[in-house]
Amino acid sequence: MTLIAFDSGRYRRRKLFGRLAFASTALCAAGVLSALFFILGYLWVHGISSINWDFLTKLPKPVGETGGGMANALVGSAELLGLAGLFGLPTGVFAGIYLSEYGHNRFGTIVRYTTDILNGVPSIVIGIFAYTLFVLPMRRFTALAGGAALGAMMIPIAVRTTEEFMNLVPTSVREAAYALGIPRWKTVVFIVIPTALRGIVTGIMLDFARVAGETAPLLFTAFGNRYWSRGILEPTSSLPVMITHTPFPPMRTGTARPGRRAWFF
Amino acid sequence: MIVLAPEHVPAFPPVPPSREAAGGSAFSRSGKWGDRLFHGAALSFSAGILLLTGGIGASLWRNSALSRHAFGWEFLIGRVWDPVAGQFGALPFLYGTLLTSALALLIAVPLGVGAAIFLSELAPRRISDVMSFLIELLAAVPSVIYGLLGIFVLVPLVRRFLEPVLGKTLGFLPLFSGPPYGVGFLSAGLILAIMVIPFIITVTREVMLSTPKLLREAAMALGATRWEVATTVALPFARSGIAGAIFLALARALGETMAVTMVIGNTPVVSASLFSPGYTMAAVLANEFTEASDPLYLHALVEIGLVLFGATLVVNALAQLLVWSVKNRGGRR
Repeated sequence: MTLIAFDSGRYRRRKLFGRLAFASTALCAAGVLSALFFILGYLWVHGISSINWDFLTKLPKPVGETGGGMANALVGSAELLGLAGLFGLPTGVFAGIYLSEYGHNRFGTIVRYTTDILNGVPSIVIGIFAYTLFVLPMRRFTALAGGAALGAMMIPIAVRTTEEFMNLVPTSVREAAYALGIPRWKTVVFIVIPTALRGIVTGIMLDFARVAGETAPLLFTAFGNRYWSRGILEPTSSLPVMITHTPFPPMRTGTARPGRRAWFF
Repeated sequence: MIVLAPEHVPAFPPVPPSREAAGGSAFSRSGKWGDRLFHGAALSFSAGILLLTGGIGASLWRNSALSRHAFGWEFLIGRVWDPVAGQFGALPFLYGTLLTSALALLIAVPLGVGAAIFLSELAPRRISDVMSFLIELLAAVPSVIYGLLGIFVLVPLVRRFLEPVLGKTLGFLPLFSGPPYGVGFLSAGLILAIMVIPFIITVTREVMLSTPKLLREAAMALGATRWEVATTVALPFARSGIAGAIFLALARALGETMAVTMVIGNTPVVSASLFSPGYTMAAVLANEFTEASDPLYLHALVEIGLVLFGATLVVNALAQLLVWSVKNRGGRR
């Protein structure tokens, strides 16, 4: 009986419809994936070919001349990332510890929600915030302001990864420590954090990778500089901003970054 | 059979130690003060996040005072943006942001969800995992790079092929009329679509894969075809997760700055044609902020930032609520 029912034309039609529908989703996937892989491949090919020693160690040439490098931007980016870590990581990691160890109450929920909101604030808006906070009172563009903007952007991811990886440490480990009479803070610092450390560090590296590519918040905080920056209270160049400002050979400068990024990964 | 991977076992909230364990032992003195100090430090950094987020809103509000007083609500519907004459209306930017984001979602959602259905329902698990890893890699490419690709690859393609073809076939619609510039709303929408698709695919795939096997098997047992299982069981199960992903993608599209600035043409006009160059809120901030010489100009720009902040706040809040409602259905994976 049932077999006959399944052989009916209606069922065959349904099956055929399903096949066609799946074929169309396969087309979607093929289209999207080929576009995406084209991008990855394009960046890879162009990136590798333009990395050389000059590129990494020389200053940019004046507009119109070819050659030159972006050493100042490399150093500037490193400087900005260092500052960002200084601003963002303590806040992010400590807040993550709070959420995981003490945050199972209403305040914790509010902090979690706010963190997610902060994660969604457009980077350019955070740039404006850093501008009003640092650049307006000091009347100059500084690496400090750029670092602060990037630091604020690093916080949400640092919070969430710290919390998640600390939550993965089994409760029994904590209980064992308590049973030995170890105070709670020592349990957290010497037992829970070392256990979760690898995950937290990976999360933080990804966090750095994310803000390393940010341009928008730096345009009017760290601003950019064609020469070596003389300190954190001076305008400072960075790779992404450099890419935006380089007028003609941007292909060379621009696509070298993904190569570097790929290495990073 | 459902096999729980270790990372999917729900983490229980740690049990706070009883008073005896924490303070009553021989270590009591140092333990108690250390605990208080540690708790205080962690608490104050958490409060710092609240302060920071509040501070962003407050500083935008305060630094846009001049413009808010000068123009009031007119600011949002004024079409003239003339820094020299001190006339500021943000409509072209609002329009550009909304149009490009809508266009991006219109392209990205069907394609992204379709691809996710294929990856979660039809493709072998291993291939699907590798693909989604690569797709996630793309989500990490910085937006300046997308902007460069836009200028060098997408804009010429759009100018030479896409716009002439659209203009010839659908040119009677105001949407597709006008000369093909290449730079404009269409290119911006396309580049945004490319940027948010990885987002939509990965989240949608995840939620659809988390559909309980039992439900699928039950539907199969009732004689549903594979496609019917996908659309009547997995999709409804994943519905609110997908909606959350779309909202997150929307928030990203609204706030995206560099890539859009590089391909939209930066002209403050309100035009019905997708081929026309335009401007967005984020792009005008990126281009004009350092040039803003007089206070009113600066405050007008900050007010645009405020509008952008408000918009993404609302979109994000909705997205988080949706994503949370999925998560709170429990560890059913």
